[in-house]
Formats: sequence, C-alpha cells, structure tokens
Amino acid sequence: MGSLASTADPDIRSLVTPEGVDLRVRLAAVSERGIALMIDLFIIIGSLLALTIGAASLFVGGDSETVAQIIWLLGFFVLRNFYFTLFECGRRAATPGKRLMGLRVVARDGAALTTDAVVARNAMRELELYLPLMFLAQGATETETWIILAGIVWCGIFVLLPFFNRDRLRGGDLIAGTWVLKAPKQTLLPDLTTDRPAIADAKYAFTAKQLDTYGVKELQVLETVLRRDEETAIVAVADQIRTKIGWTKTTYETDKEFLNAYYTNLRRRLEQRLLFGKRKRDKHDAT
Amino acid sequence: MDQTLRSLRFRKEREESWRQLETLLDRAERHAPKSLTDDEMLAIPALYRSALSSLSVARATSLDQALVDYLEALSARAYFFVYGARATLLERLQGFFAHDWPHAVKLLWRETIVSALLMLAGTITAFLLVSADPDWYSAFISPEMASGRDPNATTEFLRSTIYDGGDSDGLGTFATFLFTHNAQISIFAFALGFAFCAPTALLLVYNGCTLGAMFAVFASRGLGVEFAGWIFIHGVTELLAVVLAGAAGLRIGWSIAFPGELSRIGAAERAGRQGAIVMMGVVVMLFIAGLLEGFARQLITSDIIRFSVAAATAVAWSMYFYRGDRGGLAR
Repeated sequence: MGSLASTADPDIRSLVTPEGVDLRVRLAAVSERGIALMIDLFIIIGSLLALTIGAASLFVGGDSETVAQIIWLLGFFVLRNFYFTLFECGRRAATPGKRLMGLRVVARDGAALTTDAVVARNAMRELELYLPLMFLAQGATETETWIILAGIVWCGIFVLLPFFNRDRLRGGDLIAGTWVLKAPKQTLLPDLTTDRPAIADAKYAFTAKQLDTYGVKELQVLETVLRRDEETAIVAVADQIRTKIGWTKTTYETDKEFLNAYYTNLRRRLEQRLLFGKRKRDKHDAT
Repeated sequence: MDQTLRSLRFRKEREESWRQLETLLDRAERHAPKSLTDDEMLAIPALYRSALSSLSVARATSLDQALVDYLEALSARAYFFVYGARATLLERLQGFFAHDWPHAVKLLWRETIVSALLMLAGTITAFLLVSADPDWYSAFISPEMASGRDPNATTEFLRSTIYDGGDSDGLGTFATFLFTHNAQISIFAFALGFAFCAPTALLLVYNGCTLGAMFAVFASRGLGVEFAGWIFIHGVTELLAVVLAGAAGLRIGWSIAFPGELSRIGAAERAGRQGAIVMMGVVVMLFIAGLLEGFARQLITSDIIRFSVAAATAVAWSMYFYRGDRGGLAR
C-alpha cells in the first residue's frame, strides 16, 4: 500500500480493499489543506470570542465569577487542544474546514482510523502551528529579533514539511501513520448517451475508419467538453473532429448533435473492443 | 435492435442499488448510525460490496469517466464506513483504562527512567547551585513565578505560603488553571520530542531546576520537610505525568533518529501512536493533580496527611501501571 498506482497522475495512491479492489484514492493538495486549516482557525477564534463574551457576561453578573473563569479556562483548553481531535474522531474523520474542502483523514495502511492516531497527529500541532504563531506574536513585541528569527526558521522546518515529501505528510501525519485524502461527495451525472434518443439516426453513420481515428483519452476529453456544454468549445471541437475524420457538415446538423452522435458511436466502438481486451489508449495507439 | 450501449444498460440495472447506498451513507454520516434500523445497517456492507463489483465492471467495460469517478467516490465512502472503527465511545474508554493506557506506559519504561533522571538531574543541580550561592535563584525562577518566595523572604512568609490556603472561593479557578496550564506544557513537551529529543530533554531539566531552586530556598530555612509535603501531595501525580509526557516525546525523537529494524517512518508511527495513548492518560493524570493541588493542598494543612496522600497516590499509580501483564493490547 502507499505505492504509486500505475498511472501518470502523481496524486493517485492505491488503497486496496480486503475485497481486492483498488480504490485509487487522491491525495489532498497542500493548498486545499491550507484553506481547510484557515477555515478551522476562523471557527476556533470565533468560538473563542463567543466564549469570552459569554464568560464576561456571567462575570459581570457577580456571583458566578468563579464559574465564568472555569468555563473560560476549560473552554480555551478544549478548543486549542481538542477541536481537531474531536472532529476527526467522528464518522467523517474531518474537521468542518476539511469537510468543506472535501477532505478526510485516513490511516495510511487503509485500516480503521484509531483514536490514538488522531490524538498523535493533532498533538503535533503544538509544534507545527501554535509554536510558530507564538514566535510570530512575540516578534511583534520582543527586542531580541535574532532569537525570534532563529525560532521561526527552526519551526519552519516542521511547518513546511508537507512540501518536501511525496505524500504531503506533515509531522503529525508522519508519527500517526495517517494522510489526508480527497473524499468528495459525488453526484451521479447522467450518461451522455441517454440524452439522444436518435442514436441510430441514419445521418450519423460513421465508418469504421472514422471511428478508429480516436482512442479512450480523446473520448474522455470529448465527454468533458459535452458535460461542460460551452458553446465556443463545442464549435471548436466539432470542427476539429470533422476535419480529422473527413466529415462534411450537412445543413441539418448542429455541432452539439454531431458531437453527441460521434461520442456515442465512438464509445460503443471502443467499449466493444474493450470486451475483447483491446484498450485503444489514444489516437497514437495502433491496437 | 436495441441500440442502447451495453455500459448504459449495465448502469441502468445497478443504479438503484448505488443510490440506495448513497442515501444510507448520507443518513449514517449526518445523524448517528443509531438512526438506521438493523436491516439498514446490515444492508450497507452488502450494498458496499455490490458497489465495489460495479466499480470493477465499470473500469473494465465502461468508458463513461463520470460513472467510474462516481463509483470510486461512493466505494471509498462506503469502505471508510464499513471498515471504520466500530467500537462505541464507552467501549473505547473501557479498553483505554483497562489495558491500553497501562500497557503503553509500561512499554515506555526505559524512556520513563531517562526522563525522570533528567528531571532529577535538573533538581539536584539547581538545589546545589542555589544552596551554594542564592544569586542563582533568579536564573531559574522568574519574579512572577516566585511571587515573593525568594532567598530574601522571611521564614514566616515562606511558612505562610505552605500552610495558608487562601480564600476557598478561588480554588475552583485555581485548580482549573493549574490543570490547563500543566496539560498544555505536557502536550508541548510531547510534541517537541519530534525534534530529535533535545528540546524535550531541555524542558524536563528546566522543570527539575525550578523545583530544585525552590526547594533550596525552603530547605535553607529548615522548611525542607514541610515544602516536600506541600509539593508531593499533588506532585507525585503531576511530576509523574510530566515525566511520562517527556518519555513519550523522547521515544518519538529516538525512534526517528534510531529506527532499528523498522523503517524510519514505521518506527515514528509506532512511537507516535503509543505516545498518544500515554498522552491521553497524562491529561487525565494532570486533571487529578489539578484537583489535588487546587483543593486538597489548600484545604489540608497537616504534614502527615499531606504525606499520606502523596504515598497513597504513589502506590496507586505504580500498582496501576506496573503490576503484572494483562495480556497486552487487546487490539
């Protein structure tokens, strides 16, 4: 596990289920994790403000001074140390920030994510997040600039760790045996071939040669173009394909209709060949 | 002749079960899994396996990229649900206190000794230095921390800091402050272990130094025994917790530097997870220490009772952590 899947995409990792199917999961980008962290920090600071205001209003009340102080101290402690841990121990294995970015924490060996792993990865935030923040805060007040600077450089080693390894592990991930993956919720898009009832339409009788011009890669590019449904792209792609396969545009056909018909026929052809074990990767593939 | 694509027919046949799985997962994730009926709970693994087989078929026969992407995402979601941790919170807590925590502490025995020795070294050094020359005191203890308890203070004042509990109103706040402050430092000491042990070791020595310096001042006025009672009523628990946190940190740094037969990452991972278990326990210990320090120490002023509590906690912790093997981790 954790080995590169047989793919050109450097972000795909294989995760083989006990049933023997490779789920081919995708690593989260550093930028996505950064944004998720910003969102979480925003929530933490917001809650802290609410907590302070709440405690202050209790405090002003008089009698409940002690209670207010205890609530504030404990609230601050829990927010700082257990915000991440509590959310990541949940079913979604993600903080609100990670959820919004479609990320989740996963054990690198594919097994269940345990509490100790979550605690370990988040205890390291002391070193990777709060210590640098403290240095920065001190940098604004203290006089011994070079000490602060040295501190920031030293912390930088840990903060920047995700940039320097293939799996984008930060220190916490390293010692907890976890990594952060994309786990988006996807809706099932309609199949493009269902939109056209007149697939067998005689006017789109492509020859075998015309269909053998392209391979799977081009088919998927065509799929993307059709799903995006942008006028200019459709016109451009339709023209390009007509030229390539030598198709003359009749007066009745629209570009979209033509592309749809070509997509359907090309997919049928390629899928038929797939059944015989032949996968034509792209237009240069001679199989 | 049916002109529908074979892959489209396949999709139409299976689509219903995928949507069913999606709905169940949505509900299980949004609400507690308890909101599902038994039948629905049992249906998820079956639907998950059928989604997996759909994925295999789709990869082999369908060239609809959107379909393959959807099935990959759905299968992964279901996989995390089906193979995720099953234990309830109560079961996890039971497992933690019954074997995970003492076992993890026991495995750290070497680091625990090193960690304790480092702290002891700091204590003895600071004690000797301050005893020889009181000027050293300010090197170890800041004026705020000393709050008057320095070599120039009168013996009466020093005695009063040991026995005057202060007003009992603020005790709750005091206990809470002590708990959160100490826990924060312990977590910090643990995290610092990642930087190859050295910062953790320094923190341990420094912690010992403050203790030694204070002790030297009180001992110079013949208040050594009284001070020990004042410290150890909660200190047995608190210092042990700090020593364990340091030990867990040392283990991480040590594993990264000298992984032994494991791979470096494998060693770091094992040390990290074990350390995390110890750390959860450390927070519990510091909570108890906070109560002892915030309440018990302020309310109990008899030296004998203070020492009895100290001895009792020492026996309790060592029995709990180091008595015979319980068959190791259940996992």
